[in-house]
Amino acid sequence: MTSSFWNKNIFRFVVPVFLLVFWEVISRSGLFPMALFPPPTRVISVWIDWMFGTNGSSEINSGLWLEAVLSSGMRVMSGYFIAVAIGVVLGVAIGWSKIVERLIEPTIQMLRPIPPAAWIPLAIIWLGIANKPAIFLVTLGSFFPIVVNTIYGVKTTDKNLIRAASMMGSSRWQIIRYVIMPAALPSIFTGLRLGIGTAWALTVTAEMIAVKNGLGYVLWDSYYFLRYDLVIASMASMGLMGFLMDLLIKKIMDRLLHWQRNTSVQGMQ
Amino acid sequence: MSLIQLKDIVKTYEDPKRKTKLLAIDNVSLEVEENEFLCILGPSGCGKSTLLNMIAGFEKQTSGSVHMNNKLITKPGADRGVVFQQPTLMPWLTVWENVSFHLMLEGVSKAERKKRSLEYIEMVGLKGFENHFPYELSGGMNQRVGIARALMLNPSAILMDEPFASIDAQTKSDMQEELVKLWEKHKITVIFITHSIDEALILGTKVAVMTRRPGTIREMMPINLPRPRDVTSDEFNSYKRRIRELLHEE
Repeated sequence: MTSSFWNKNIFRFVVPVFLLVFWEVISRSGLFPMALFPPPTRVISVWIDWMFGTNGSSEINSGLWLEAVLSSGMRVMSGYFIAVAIGVVLGVAIGWSKIVERLIEPTIQMLRPIPPAAWIPLAIIWLGIANKPAIFLVTLGSFFPIVVNTIYGVKTTDKNLIRAASMMGSSRWQIIRYVIMPAALPSIFTGLRLGIGTAWALTVTAEMIAVKNGLGYVLWDSYYFLRYDLVIASMASMGLMGFLMDLLIKKIMDRLLHWQRNTSVQGMQ
Repeated sequence: MSLIQLKDIVKTYEDPKRKTKLLAIDNVSLEVEENEFLCILGPSGCGKSTLLNMIAGFEKQTSGSVHMNNKLITKPGADRGVVFQQPTLMPWLTVWENVSFHLMLEGVSKAERKKRSLEYIEMVGLKGFENHFPYELSGGMNQRVGIARALMLNPSAILMDEPFASIDAQTKSDMQEELVKLWEKHKITVIFITHSIDEALILGTKVAVMTRRPGTIREMMPINLPRPRDVTSDEFNSYKRRIRELLHEE
């Protein structure tokens, strides 16, 4: 098993390993002060302490990594699920009904270009600090990619599939439920994957400004104390969590959308 | 009393960009008897698919009326099974789920749906493929699934819109043969759109020959040939010659 695993996956590790070694060498060469450009070995050792409280090198954060991840994760999930619920429902309504489209779409397209982070002042005034403004921001940020992609998926549904369904006696609701939804699912998943990335980015942004815990808070706090090893460990944690969540969505997607595989580039590999 | 009646059908399309109107179908009247196999034959762009779409309820005529069983047709319904030019199956459903789609709409249990669909899957020669997905089957096999789906509705009429147009010659001729067998055995009424004279003569009890746009019915021709039809016989070819003349007269 091991040899075939390595044969298959060796390419995945080439670039990361090279970058890490390069970084280690530069950092240890004395070109920059080591505190401002800590080598990966030191980041990893601090990260391990942050996770498990092994040597106290992450000071007050020692052993509190999981707590930080969970606080951030909770905000991401709450905001994200609200965005998915509103985004998909609204997207289907806009894609399906010309009236709803005229009513709502211009507003969405006008709000969309505003960077979600620009809402922070208003979010703090309206919702105070801590969880609420962070969740608001996450919802706002992941809502747009989800709604836009859902609309696209609904609108590009094959007209003949709808005809076939109505030929078999489908009501409007049945067409939405049994034709439009599954047909739009590939696009919806594109929105979900874009949305989860935005959700992580905005949680961290909110935590740097309006929240007193979570990965973003640790990052910003460590910056004040010139603990760049911890700053980098926070960044790596965010990357890892974003990666894992995307992976999870991708796995769900592959299960649900297997029927699509053979009609795309993926099916040729 | 005939099963389907089209009366004074006119269809014009508006071209909003050029502010013009295009007359696609000009005053077509037509009756289809029960158990008839009517082939509507015409060159591309003559409005024959539009005609079928009106009977299916997908498109609305500009004026005139379509009746089936003395009821005005206003929207699609399971009393008219449509077989599309492309298979038009739900790609996320298996063969049996596609075939029994309408039973799912009615809330029939899964076991019951599967059991009932198997009979129709067998009927179109796809036994053993019931759990396959459309992407795992060839175009011809998918088209059979589409036929099974239309048959399973147990409709008053089956409407077929050039269903074999994108299928290779050998498979096409097999499927034409099977379709005739199904029609003979199950006493169904078929309206079949085609642009191939041979296909119309192999299949139809009647052939409606349509002219180029604006579409009208040039002649309604009963085909009195024994089945299975022999494409090399003199009678077959004399029909063929007649139709060719009709199509070239314009």
